[in-house]
Amino acid sequence: MTHATVLKIRSALLAPAIAIVVSVVVSAFALQVSGHSSVAALRAMFNYVTTTDSLVSILNRAAPLYVVSLGVAIGFKMNLFNIGADGQYRLAALMAAGASSTFSLPRPFHILAVMLIATAVGAAWAAIPGVLKVTRNVNEVVSTIMLNFVATGISAYLLINYMRNESQPNVAETKSVPKSARLPSLNGLLEDIGIHLPRLAVLNSFLPIAIVVGILFYILVWRTRFGFDLRVTGTNPAAAKTSGVNAKAMIVKTIMISGGLAGLAATGFLLTDFTKYNETFPLGLPFTGIAVALLGRNHPGGIAVAAFAWMSVETASRGLLDEKIPPEISKILLGTLLISSVISFEVVRRRTLTQAIRQAASATPGAHSGGLPPTEPTPAGATA
Amino acid sequence: MNNLSARFFALSPVKRALVATGLGLLALAITRVIAGADDLTSGNTLIATIAAAAPIIAVALGGLYSERSGVANIGLEGMMVLGTWFAAFAGWHWGPWAALVGGAFGGLLGGLLHALATVTFGVDQIISGVAINFIAPGVARFLSSELFVGKGANGEGTISGSPNIKHAMGRFKVPGLAGWLKTIDNKRWFFISDLAAVLRAFVDNMAWSTLIILLLIPISIYVLWRTPFGLRLRSIGEKPSAAESLGVAVYRMKYISLAISGSLAGLGGAWLVVNVRQYNEGQTAGRGFLGLAALIFGNWQPIGVALGALLFSYGLSLQETIGSKPIKALYLFIAGAFLALCLFMVFGRRSKRAALGLAISAAGLFTFYVNTEKVASQIVYVTPYVIVLIVITFASKHSRPPAAVGVPWRRGQST
Repeated sequence: MTHATVLKIRSALLAPAIAIVVSVVVSAFALQVSGHSSVAALRAMFNYVTTTDSLVSILNRAAPLYVVSLGVAIGFKMNLFNIGADGQYRLAALMAAGASSTFSLPRPFHILAVMLIATAVGAAWAAIPGVLKVTRNVNEVVSTIMLNFVATGISAYLLINYMRNESQPNVAETKSVPKSARLPSLNGLLEDIGIHLPRLAVLNSFLPIAIVVGILFYILVWRTRFGFDLRVTGTNPAAAKTSGVNAKAMIVKTIMISGGLAGLAATGFLLTDFTKYNETFPLGLPFTGIAVALLGRNHPGGIAVAAFAWMSVETASRGLLDEKIPPEISKILLGTLLISSVISFEVVRRRTLTQAIRQAASATPGAHSGGLPPTEPTPAGATA
Repeated sequence: MNNLSARFFALSPVKRALVATGLGLLALAITRVIAGADDLTSGNTLIATIAAAAPIIAVALGGLYSERSGVANIGLEGMMVLGTWFAAFAGWHWGPWAALVGGAFGGLLGGLLHALATVTFGVDQIISGVAINFIAPGVARFLSSELFVGKGANGEGTISGSPNIKHAMGRFKVPGLAGWLKTIDNKRWFFISDLAAVLRAFVDNMAWSTLIILLLIPISIYVLWRTPFGLRLRSIGEKPSAAESLGVAVYRMKYISLAISGSLAGLGGAWLVVNVRQYNEGQTAGRGFLGLAALIFGNWQPIGVALGALLFSYGLSLQETIGSKPIKALYLFIAGAFLALCLFMVFGRRSKRAALGLAISAAGLFTFYVNTEKVASQIVYVTPYVIVLIVITFASKHSRPPAAVGVPWRRGQST
């Protein structure tokens, strides 16, 4: 391993390490001040989270979170801020739930069709702020916030008037997704390769789907022309425009992909543990997705770690109830983790940048440190 | 037509606001007569409107200070949430006036956190704001679990609600004038009563907390445009390097402006708590974001911001106080406004496509108005947000945010 690689890895791990230490210290401090033992809290959380049941539950919930976070991340890649994932996800969940029972297909096709519907609904709702931005220069942050409220109202209206399960007059909920549209569990497959899960721990097959989406995300952003245009537009819009990137088309396409992923994420719950859309459906997920995308630095690998870690802390906090410690401390922990990591990412990034400039300057003979590099190419500069 | 609009935009902000309000009121008066919906402009509706506008005005003014100093502030919602919790804590112990102070203090903490992240550490302003929106509800919930559960005179405190504040905030009415305007208001004469209702809304049955927030509008105009402090604050929002070269302490100014910003957002939260004498989880219900929208609607000018907040709260108060009939009339009003705008575009030789779009939307809304017996409550709920969206869509062309908003700036940076 070269010296440069070691440096790179060290600076990549430094920021998360600082953030974790800061957030744990802050949370421990909050617990001590309020008269609880932070050591007992840590032990209870660790014991709760390291069981097979917990692990399966974490994976089942981290997979949809991962997909919704990827959607937010692709917007961030070109400085497009999709706060509207909330509305896209909500409408997609409702529409997919309502539509799934109106037709029947053999199993894999039924699943595929429902997923397509959810993705299309999310993308279509996301197209509105995209079109408003390119045609009327409306800031997407504001329009998506408004559209979230509108989506909340519309989904309530549609649920009560058109998509309600008539046989349940007292509850506002859709019919259950038919059996043929539900994702199978992975337990059978795991049995075959010799892994035996406890009876109640059911690992959903949305997990492999999420992994595939993550790989596709990587290929799209780092290995295609589209992805190149996307990243250039994000880092230097002027350069992108000069080199012929159609910025308007890029904006609409990207926000539609973002919304599509938010819609797809909804099926991760709808076709597995929650088979209908009602008030218990996990609607807060996209909000968390924004945080996870930031923690994961908009990279599919980083987001995977962040989604797993986030759900682990949320799950672990349930272990605190037995110790009479308020599980809300997990919210403090996660909130502090978020803010301290965005700060430490920025500080480490700037430090690394300064170091790189200094190194480049010292590797270039004749240049004063901090000064401009020599305009004439020198033999030493050419080989360095 | 173009000539008219040019003259309108050449007016001073105060005159422009007066003209816009007058024309709007006239149009509403016509609508209420046609639709037979007297409550559309009744004094009671407008009193509720101004009350509902107060928290939005406070939080939007908070956004004004922050963005005028070059810091985008998505975190207003979170600062408002902190404001609600601290207001409830202070109010429960020391009464409603203390609640206002407590709320401002809670928001201040959020503002300083935003300053620490964006000014000292140079974190992206949107990201820091999102993080604050994330932390605030968590902090409030944790604090509630420690300090509210089971407390209060009847043990009414829970993890999602505070103990009650014992006393309500006082209200005032201007003696004589309030009663006289009420008489005229109740006659429901065309335009005269409508005008009386508007005036009455400012002198009758107003909570002191609302008055304080309304007074912040002229105070902000004075501070931002008539004092050296305000000039410095606005200059760092336009060109921080130029300001720095003239000796303005940019970082310190940004800290101060974010402290003010957070306090105002927190004060908005405190208004909500004082209004119902209790903190409830989720009480802000996105008002921080509405404040942000009002800021953009008002083109970063205090009077415009206040008008924007009043427009949103008008929609909100109609749905809360009276229900669906006036909202239905509001659709007629919007249809008329679209038609007027469409004619304006046709005669002013503006974009034909936009004019066609407006004509179709107007026809659609009119059909909706004629064919609808009662507007569903969920559609009523979305109305104010749709209005915001439409207005921003058409106003974004004249939009002029402070030049340096959202741009991370480091000390000694040359551009």
